[in-house]
Amino acid sequence: MQRIYLDSNATTPMRPEVVAAMMPVFTEDYGNPSSIHWFGQQAKALLDNARQQVARLIHAETSEIVFLSGGTEADNLAIRGIAESQKARGRHIITSRIEHHAVMHTCKDLEKQGYEVSWIGVSSDGLVDPEDVRRAIRPDTILITIMHANNEIGTIQPLEEIGKIAEAADIYFHSDGVQSTGKIPVDVKKLNVDLYSISSHKIHGPKGVGALFIKKGTIAKPQITGGGHERNRRSGTENVPGIVGFGVAAKMAREGLESEMNRVRELRDRLESGLKDRIVRIHINAENAPRLPNTSNIMVDFAEGEGLVISLDLKGVAVSTGSACSSGSLEPSHVLTAIGKTPDEAHGSLRFSLNSTNTAEEIDYVLEVLPQIVDRLRELSPYYKRA
Amino acid sequence: MAYSAKLLDYFENPRCVGEIENPDAVAQVSNPVCGDVMKLSLKIDDGKITDAKFKAQGCSAAIATSSYATEMIIGMNLKQAREVTKEHIADALGGLPGSKMHCSVLASDAIREALKGFA
Repeated sequence: MQRIYLDSNATTPMRPEVVAAMMPVFTEDYGNPSSIHWFGQQAKALLDNARQQVARLIHAETSEIVFLSGGTEADNLAIRGIAESQKARGRHIITSRIEHHAVMHTCKDLEKQGYEVSWIGVSSDGLVDPEDVRRAIRPDTILITIMHANNEIGTIQPLEEIGKIAEAADIYFHSDGVQSTGKIPVDVKKLNVDLYSISSHKIHGPKGVGALFIKKGTIAKPQITGGGHERNRRSGTENVPGIVGFGVAAKMAREGLESEMNRVRELRDRLESGLKDRIVRIHINAENAPRLPNTSNIMVDFAEGEGLVISLDLKGVAVSTGSACSSGSLEPSHVLTAIGKTPDEAHGSLRFSLNSTNTAEEIDYVLEVLPQIVDRLRELSPYYKRA
Repeated sequence: MAYSAKLLDYFENPRCVGEIENPDAVAQVSNPVCGDVMKLSLKIDDGKITDAKFKAQGCSAAIATSSYATEMIIGMNLKQAREVTKEHIADALGGLPGSKMHCSVLASDAIREALKGFA
């Protein structure tokens, strides 16, 4: 069966160039970058080169890039690191209601430890109003953490404005950039962020690698202590093969950003207009908000998301859903709830997330099979009455 | 989520779909947490279920278990039908992950609900 992958906000295939660059690092250039001998220095040079490639992707200095195990660890280091280094100043944190679990559950954990968290709501388009952030600031606020682009609905937050507010109030500003990096231009200086999380496997690099941008002068208390790697910011021997792959993925993401994402946007738009033409009673979430070019989140009336995902999977198409029925907790997606959707509405949600290896033929196949699937499920529904 | 081939078959090709005209018993039950819903209609003759049809909106497990249970109770007497449990249905379809057990509750609840007024 032909397999079509439209779940790239979950993970992406590695580019062949990434794999090729990694292979010799396993078997030949396998030194420990902390060693002073030839093997160590070879590895150190590879690490430095990758650091430069990753720094360039987000317009950071190389010294501001800390390699670690992925987006989740980056979020943890940023949030816990600032919470701990700034606790003498205050214990109040501002975040949004649509953050990734890595941020949400870290903030919830800090609440249990005596920190206070203000959870900012979003508009029906999934956007944070910077004025809401300004209003939430208190004398004891130490950190604002607002994601750059949302993983489920793709909305892009007004980080520049929030960053200015944070700067004026002298409060650290972190953003989870796991979904935005490699899909839209990112310039950490323009965005006014002090900390910015990125992940390798979302941009066609290997899993188990990520980075945290920590602006010069910012102190995030290390969460993993040991031999003082990564300039004392994250201990543990660096995952050199993974980091080399991450570097190549970052370089290719930067070089291809505009052309690849224009093509991906065209495919996404082809999908959305095609679905609207072929299926009645579907809704596109955050349709008119600033959105990632690769993400489409739709809601289908009278059909349930998990059933849609399984049906598409049986036809070879991989997508995801925010329906309660797909989660172990049986709660619908907190993002869809935050944009005002009822559990019933969230029930029929589907997320398509594309990457530059997808083709128009693949989109057309989805446009052929999904209407039949929706029809079939609606015919089963006791609520559905054919017009 | 690893579903059995049998469950996927009942999801993709559900049996006993529809609504019986002039039914002897009907019930519609839903799960308030996740929103899944099942409607069951029955034809009963001389203490036996002679026909059964269902409609459902929900996840693949909800649809498959609804279909399987509806098919299973045709020919049963009312006592036998009332004794059908969610575990019977789930086991017959190769088992369900713990978080999914609530789905098949719909079918056994619907059967008992439909048979309420019967001796």
